[in-house]
Amino acid sequence: MTGPASSAASIPDLAGGPVLELREVTRVHGSGPTEVHALRGVSMAVLPGELVAVMGPSGSGKSTLLTLAGGLDQPTSGTVLLEGTALGPLGQAARARLRRTCLGYVFQDYNLIPALTAVENVALPRELDGLRPRAARREAIAALEAVGIADLARRFPDDMSGGQQQRVAIARAIVGERRLVLLDEPTGALDTETGEDVLRLVRERCDAGVAGVMVTHEARHAAWADRVVFLRDGVVVDETGRDRADSLLGASR
Amino acid sequence: MSVRHALLALLEEGPRYGYQLRADFETRTGATWPLNVGQVYTTLARLERDGLVEAEGDDGEGHVVYRITGGGRAEVADWFTRPVARTQPPRDELAIKLALAVTVPGVDVAAVIQRQRSATITALQDYTRLKREAGEDDLAWSLVLDSLVFAAEAEIRWLDHCEARVRRRAREPRAAARPDIVEQREVRR
Repeated sequence: MTGPASSAASIPDLAGGPVLELREVTRVHGSGPTEVHALRGVSMAVLPGELVAVMGPSGSGKSTLLTLAGGLDQPTSGTVLLEGTALGPLGQAARARLRRTCLGYVFQDYNLIPALTAVENVALPRELDGLRPRAARREAIAALEAVGIADLARRFPDDMSGGQQQRVAIARAIVGERRLVLLDEPTGALDTETGEDVLRLVRERCDAGVAGVMVTHEARHAAWADRVVFLRDGVVVDETGRDRADSLLGASR
Repeated sequence: MSVRHALLALLEEGPRYGYQLRADFETRTGATWPLNVGQVYTTLARLERDGLVEAEGDDGEGHVVYRITGGGRAEVADWFTRPVARTQPPRDELAIKLALAVTVPGVDVAAVIQRQRSATITALQDYTRLKREAGEDDLAWSLVLDSLVFAAEAEIRWLDHCEARVRRRAREPRAAARPDIVEQREVRR
């Protein structure tokens, strides 16, 4: 870790501060002649209600960024903050707890547990949080409602379409108080239209206040984000902003 | 773009006058390709000359109302059956710019590509936002937006491809110039 931990662990500003912040994050794999810089001094902040897409070719550092953001790996230098708390100085247990309670993952292949129903899949993280099964179930139903498939609560993943399974995965990622969703090619396994439904849903959840980081190599999907960050060789080379008038098609629409 | 056929197709739904045709056209296509009313009347005059529409008379408020003829209907049917021709590729400033960027010495090709990619993604974000606002019900307009989305996406994929090729070329020892290839490059008309 670089820098004094005290300056990194600034006072959490849950009202308007970033849900996720990366400060000069570098991740080096290996050492000596085989040393690979997966990320080099990447800084970014994601605010509540914001969806940020990360684009780049394979090997550009996209996945490393997501892994570090989710606290599954530690940077070689730099700081990752979740809801204003720097992950580095935390012990492993505290880090795991923070990771578990404030963020959710959505993967390309849904990663649902096949032996559990939709509602059980979504309730599981809340039970791991220490909630009683009944309360966890209630929250799970609420999350399934938020993604529009409360009626499928008792289905098993195998009895659902890909689009439905991905909705369950999104519900699982946002259940409870989770304010950050990390999405890894969430529409990769879906056809164009179903993929778009999923993105519409992610967008909706972000508009409702969740912060999202989505790794994708598809421009059409990245376009649902407020900002698009371009990674090349572990460096942010460019970024499109959110504040832009709808000037392209004239003012008539 | 065939304004002629678009207007004929609208007249299939029933007689209309110039301003109505323009408004209907723009409703379907979201004003993506604005028409001026002069263009509408010139086109109507030509369609009348060719016997595809006929003036039905005044609507009482000074508007000349046009109606489609049998010949006009046949022309519309034919238009819908025929694929749009991809003849001569239109002059594409971006392709020309990149072709020159990779050959003219001293140009930062990666920067050219990235600047374009950012601009096109920004356009794509705008289209996507418009699509979101359009909702599911406005099928015509949302399909036009899809067309813009897919075209922008294709451009970005092409830029990614250009970048990968330029980078690969930079890593490889420079191949000897191949003047023999140049002759084969003319795009077929």
